[in-house]
Amino acid sequence: MRSKGQIEHDETDVADPRELEFQALIDSDQRIEPRDWMPDGYRKSLIRQIAQHAHSEIVGMQPEGNWITRAPSLRRKAILMAKVQDEAGHGLYLYCAAETLGVDRSELIDLLDQGRQKYSSIFNYPTLTWADVGAIGWLVDGAAITNQIPLCRCSFGPYARAMVRVCKEESFHQRQGFESLYALSHGTTEQHAMAQDAVNRWWWPSVEMLGPPDTESTHSAQSMAWGIKRFSNDELRQRFIDMVAPQAVVLGLTPPDPELRWNEERGHYDFGKPDFEELRRVVGGDGPCNRQRAAHHLKAQEDGAWVRAAAAAYATKHPAASAAA
Amino acid sequence: MTLGVAGAAAVYTLRAADDCLVLSHRLAQWSSWAPTLEDDIALTNIALDLLGQARGLYARTAELDATGRSEDDYAFLRDEREFVNCLLVEQENGDFATTTVRQLLCSTFQLALWQSLTTSTDEQLAAIAAKAVTETTYHRDHATDWTLRLGDGTAESHERMEAALATLWPYTAELFESDAVSQEASILGVGPDPESLHPEWHGYVTRVLGDATLVVPQSTWKPSGGRQGLHTEPFGYMLAEMQHLHRSFPGVTW
Ligand SMILES: [Fe+2]
Ligand SMILES: [Fe+2]
Repeated sequence: MRSKGQIEHDETDVADPRELEFQALIDSDQRIEPRDWMPDGYRKSLIRQIAQHAHSEIVGMQPEGNWITRAPSLRRKAILMAKVQDEAGHGLYLYCAAETLGVDRSELIDLLDQGRQKYSSIFNYPTLTWADVGAIGWLVDGAAITNQIPLCRCSFGPYARAMVRVCKEESFHQRQGFESLYALSHGTTEQHAMAQDAVNRWWWPSVEMLGPPDTESTHSAQSMAWGIKRFSNDELRQRFIDMVAPQAVVLGLTPPDPELRWNEERGHYDFGKPDFEELRRVVGGDGPCNRQRAAHHLKAQEDGAWVRAAAAAYATKHPAASAAA
Repeated sequence: MTLGVAGAAAVYTLRAADDCLVLSHRLAQWSSWAPTLEDDIALTNIALDLLGQARGLYARTAELDATGRSEDDYAFLRDEREFVNCLLVEQENGDFATTTVRQLLCSTFQLALWQSLTTSTDEQLAAIAAKAVTETTYHRDHATDWTLRLGDGTAESHERMEAALATLWPYTAELFESDAVSQEASILGVGPDPESLHPEWHGYVTRVLGDATLVVPQSTWKPSGGRQGLHTEPFGYMLAEMQHLHRSFPGVTW
């Protein structure tokens, strides 16, 4: 197991013949597996990214879980519960993928609770109405898919394999979100208004989810060279817009972007400039729900500490029973 | 009270449905609050199974009571006094020990009920039960594992389990109450009189509690009334939260 020091300690990698071999593997599109040699920077960068991704899945359970007890039909309730459960499953695969790099899940969760690792800033917005659940499925899961499909070809094997499974489920979530919003949009006037209001609030934060503009993105170049990232933030943002803009038309809902229109020449949609100042503020900790999400996660961890301690004590007393469980 | 064939079967089925729905709702309240990710997933799994069972049972109830109600009518448009679940399932989650004990007591009861219902003269109930036996076996196993770990874990977990048992044990008497509905259902072969499930339930629960170094509490207090729609105060808040959105938009499609 690696210590916290190895996650955070930043040492420059010295030139190493193994590094050339490593880069050659990546350049020929081969997968790096946990036992293979890898530069320290690659390992640290992956741990940070996979942990942040895992944390996002877990914190993301909060805004949608907020509607489980109020879901308006038993069918919608079952769909929502299964979705939130999938997100917990995604968090679990991702923590496992990170563990293959020599860190421990509990260590990463501590870093989250200490505010030393981040999660996607999209989850720092509140879910104020039932329509927000549909809007999150459509837009937030949609943006997540856009980000994650290229990660299925990521150079690190365990991360790539986790992404294949996660992407299948995220596509399912996106379709369900779309379907839920469609029902609202084509329901009564009040339901339609609820759906439009949700799209007004979730559109820009979702567009911003693809990250800061390429001119400001800090980790991009190295991640590209390492085969972790395949497309730039702005390329992904364009893909996302191109996917959801026509879907909005089918939904009968209007994205809050007056500049959104098809550009025949480019073969893409044009769109307005996201408010990246707002994104920076939210990432920096001053979004509407940053404090609430962190406090919720921390409280769940603290409330569960005695349970985890009891399980550990039982396992020590009854090694055979615990191994079988 | 004479309910007629369909009447008794309908009320009998509705009781089981409400037990499933209410317990599912309580478990779903754990989402994002469980002590480990694995348990967050497991509790939601159990909640989803119970919700599925409830939906099947509401559909059957609607045929038996011939009201043509939908599953959502049963869940969202009945008031507190019309719910006929037992009091045990509506008890608040409390800490993880309370939820574990509630699950052990409920799942053991439900498993015995489902096993018996697999031979129901009502073919639809028998079909629902066949699937539910597999699901509920897992629910009981999960609760059993945690009962052992927490009962025989640390001093703190043992103490919390004792407290949870003391709180919840009195509510178990109601599970096995026999009345006109259950007697008629039993005579018709629709389902067992709950009274008959007690020996099996008691045998399993006391064995697990013993293995978990826990003592079965004694209680002279035997709260009851759920099957007649007389519930505990927290249940009203649970329904208020569960029903408010559905009721705010009457008659719409979600
Ligand atoms: Fe996810
Ligand atoms: Fe998702």
